[in-house]
Formats: sequence, structure tokens, C-alpha cells
Amino acid sequence: MTPRALGIHATGLTKSYGDLRVLDGLDLSVPRGSVLALLGPNGAGKTTTVRVLTTLTAPDSGTARVAGHDITGARALVRERISLTGQFAALDDLQTGAETLRMTGRLTGLSAREARARAGELLDRFGLSEAADRLTKTYSGGMRRRLDLAASLVGKPAVLFLDEPTTGLDPRSRAELWDLVRELRADGTTVLLTTQYLEEADRLADRVTVLDSGRVTAEGTPAELKARVAGHRLDLTLTSRDAYEALTARAVHHDPGALTLGLPTDGTAAHVRALLDELDPDRTGVERFTLRTATLDDVFLALTGAPR
Amino acid sequence: MTGTAALTMAGRSLRISRRSPDALIAALMLPVMLMLIFVYFFGGAIDTGTAYVTYVVPGAMLLCAGFGAASTAVSVADDMKNGIVDRLRSLDVGGVPVLAGHVTASVVRNLVSTTLVLAVALAIGFRPRASAPAYLAAAGLLVAYITAISWLAATLGLLAKSPEAAGGFTFLMMFLPYPSSAFVPIDTMPSWLHGFAGHQPLTPVIESLRALLLDRPAGNAPWTALAWCAAITALAVTLAGVLFRRRTR
Ligand SMILES: Nc1ncnc2c1ncn2[C@@H]1O[C@H](COP(=O)(O)OP(=O)(O)O)[C@@H](O)[C@H]1O
Ligand SMILES: [Mg+2]
Repeated sequence: MTPRALGIHATGLTKSYGDLRVLDGLDLSVPRGSVLALLGPNGAGKTTTVRVLTTLTAPDSGTARVAGHDITGARALVRERISLTGQFAALDDLQTGAETLRMTGRLTGLSAREARARAGELLDRFGLSEAADRLTKTYSGGMRRRLDLAASLVGKPAVLFLDEPTTGLDPRSRAELWDLVRELRADGTTVLLTTQYLEEADRLADRVTVLDSGRVTAEGTPAELKARVAGHRLDLTLTSRDAYEALTARAVHHDPGALTLGLPTDGTAAHVRALLDELDPDRTGVERFTLRTATLDDVFLALTGAPR
Repeated sequence: MTGTAALTMAGRSLRISRRSPDALIAALMLPVMLMLIFVYFFGGAIDTGTAYVTYVVPGAMLLCAGFGAASTAVSVADDMKNGIVDRLRSLDVGGVPVLAGHVTASVVRNLVSTTLVLAVALAIGFRPRASAPAYLAAAGLLVAYITAISWLAATLGLLAKSPEAAGGFTFLMMFLPYPSSAFVPIDTMPSWLHGFAGHQPLTPVIESLRALLLDRPAGNAPWTALAWCAAITALAVTLAGVLFRRRTR
């Protein structure tokens, strides 16, 4: 893919805070009009990646182009084309929803009249018209997120960054936010979102980049990633605590209460038989087994080694 | 564009301060109460050669500005702490418009509270004798002073690691009127303090306001005062630009 067709293209980004290497040679590419999920556990470097790509933090080395412009050489041009919804909502408790959006409109260079019209449009679209003239401190968590997202859309960005947009939301608000992201994608916006939720990456993203300790540990479509790991999981219920402890290191899924461990397999009879023979040669350790399709959680675990 | 951004940010700060009644009432009441305390509790014991209320009004007005500016430092530190500053920067709003918004709102707030102090002072016997141009000059000087310490406060807000720390920093600013000619004549202070009290920036501001409002010769004081205000503003704006860039890297 040529760089021109990419909404985001980063190569070899590094960033350290003191001795802590937070980004360790990060490469990313997001085609225009697609959604990339940056998936990683807490502390993986997701927020730092977003801050670097949105020009808020300078990388120590490496380069990136966002919306066609260099993040260090053409900061102002990048800022014109992007917007950011941070991990924590950037709202004033003592302004109303309408005031928040009008203010943002004025700051993006709209006239007072245009800003008012744009605010009305977005309040409508985000289901906030009723609450438009209420102070945002009276909003629910879901409403705050929607308003924050609306504020980041005032300037009609070509590339949108969403840092953990659904963390802390109830399932209904999360589903609403997912719908909004899908609409944006349909309008041609390039979206980079970070998440700790595998389900979210699976539902929303065209491609997933798995990040761990500032490095990309896997990259692909959700289906590719699932296939790459194993495809299936063999869940073994063991006869004793000793048998459980003996195998626990090889497992990607642990349920000590039920003495159950899950191990990756391709799901073929030959592999399952071989695995059982290898793990339990004298046929006393395993009580029963079930075969399941691997979930993204298994993938995540296998790729990052991070327990969740 | 920068001008529009600063005005937009000022509108925001003014809306927010209008909606924080606690802070607003404190900023309005405290200077008035302090002035009343000085006039009625201490005034009888202080000999200034005129009615004490007449002597103390300029000092009370500056004290008032100090309180107003203190809340500016806290709101700047607040903005730096939460995500607002990232949103603003990703909209390419620079440090100077962000702070200019806070400063403009601070000046407006302070003018309101200064007017209140003046109204109360008139009610309890303050009788200025100034001509119209002298009033204008006094008002201009007051605006210059409020602008200077508001910028200083905004800079302190950037310097502070937290809103609480910002509140602490500004304590110093609120203290500055005391070792000056604001409340008692300098020659009644211990002699080791004369050098500082006589030459610190507040003394020429207070002396000029006093002279202008009471129709007395002001000498060089207004020019010295203006020079101080201009120097403080220039220094604070420059420092604020640097600090904003540093804090947001
Ligand atoms: N400004 C900073 N100063 C020092 N350490 C930081 C700073 N920002 C982030 N870190 C550290 O970098 C690591 C990655 O942080 P972050 O990018 O926020 O991860 P994530 O968003 O994936 O949870 C963490 O260990 C965090 O403590
Ligand atoms: Mg984060």
C-alpha cells in the first residue's frame, strides 16, 4: 500500500521516560477510512502512542505521517486534520453541552453562527438535544463520552483518535458508542482506537495491532489473529490439584476453582489425541475434556503473555 | 485567529466563574471584610494624618486584586491537570491564547470586586476628590496592575505541579500588600523593612492611586508604577510561553 493511501503511517517510533522505554520501535499503518484497534494491557503504551501521533508528545526517534503530514515537521497541518478523544473526558463541568460544542467550534475557526449550527447538528446526532442546555456535571458517564466525542468531531477530522473510548461505560452506552464509530467509518473517517477489550477490537476494527511493552506483538484482521494462534482450545478438567499445577504453565486459560486448564490446539483428532497422550501418559490426570473455538482472549493471552 | 481564540477562552472562564458562587462570593466578600476590619478594628490605632478609610482604600483595592488573581492560578493549574489542555492543543490553540483567556476573565472579575470595595468604601466615609482625568488615570493604572498580577498568577499556575500547590504559591502574592504603604505608613515599620517596603512594586501603585484619588501631587510614582506593571507583565507572558511548551511536551 502506498503511503498516500494511508491515514496513519508510523515507523520505528521510540519514546522513553527516564529509564522506562515506553515505545520500543513501533510500526503502524492504518489505511484511509478504516478502523484500527490498538489492543494492549494497561501500561502497554497505548496512550503514549496516541499522544505521539496526535503531536502532543514528541517521539525520541522514528517518524510518522498522519493524514498525509509529518507529525514533527508539519504539526499544525496534522492538528488541522485530526482530533482526539482522550482516555478521560475533556469537559468543563460548569459549561453546558451546547456551550462546549460552540466553544470548540469557535476554536476550530468557525464563525459564531457556523459554530452554533454545527453544535445543534452534533447534539442531534449524538442524542443530546434534550440535555443541550444542562451543565455537563449533570450528565451520565455515557452522555459525557458522547459529548466528548461530539466535541472532537466539530472540526470534521479526517483521522480520529479514540483512547479507550468505552472504558467504564455500561453495556448499553458502549453499544451506542460502537454504532457511532461505525457511522464515522462509513463516512470515510480513519479511526485509531485503543482498547483493553478484545470484544471491542473484534466488533469494530478492520485490523488489530496488539501492543505489549511498547512493541507490536501481532498484527492482522481479528480472524487472522484467531487463526494464527491455534483456532481451538482444549479445556481439560483435571483429577487433582497436583495434576493441575503440573500443567498450568502450558495453559492459556486457567480456572483453578474447577481444576480446568485450556490449551491451544488446531482441533484435529490427531492433535488432540497426541496432546492428551503427551500431557497425561498414564491416563490418570485428566478427568474429561471439551473442545472450544479460541476466543480473542486466548489470542491476546498467547500473544502478550499478560494474564487478564 | 489568536485573538478569537483568546476571546473564546475568556468567555469560557467567565461563564465558569459566574457559575462557581462559592469562589465568587469569597473573592467579593473577603476584600470587603478585610477593609472593614482594618477601618473599624485597627483604624483607630493607626495615625495616617487622614481618615483611615481614605488612607486604606487603595491598599484594599490591591488586596482585592490579589485574591482574584489567586483563583486564576488555581484554574490554570486545573486546566493543565485534566484533559482540557490536550483537547485545546490538539485544536492547535497555543499557550498564550489559553492563558490570555484566563487573564481576561480575571481582569473582568477583579474589576467587579474592586468596584464593590469602592462602593463599600464610599458608604463608610471614603471621599475621593479627583478630577475626571485623574479618575481615568487611576482606573487605567488599576487595570494595568490587575493585568500584571493576573499574568503572574497564570504563570504560577503553570509552574505548580497541582492546583493545591498553585493555591499555595499565590499566598505570597496576597501577602505582598502588607509590607508596603497599603495599610500603615512605611516609617512606622521597623527600619530594616524600609528598604523593601519603600521599593517593592506595590508601593508606587498604592502611592499613585492615593495621590490621584485625593488630588495630591503624585510625582513620578505613576510612571514607576506603570513601569513595574509593564515589566511584570512582559516577564510573566514570556515565562508563560516557555513554561506552557515545557509542561506540555
Ligand atoms: N509522562 C510520563 N512520565 C513517566 N512515565 C510515563 C509517562 N506517561 C506514561 N508513562 C509510563 O509509560 C507506560 C505506558 O503508559 P501508557 O502509554 O499510558 O500506557 P496505556 O495507555 O497502554 O495504559 C506506563 O508504565 C506509564 O507509567
Ligand atoms: Mg492509556
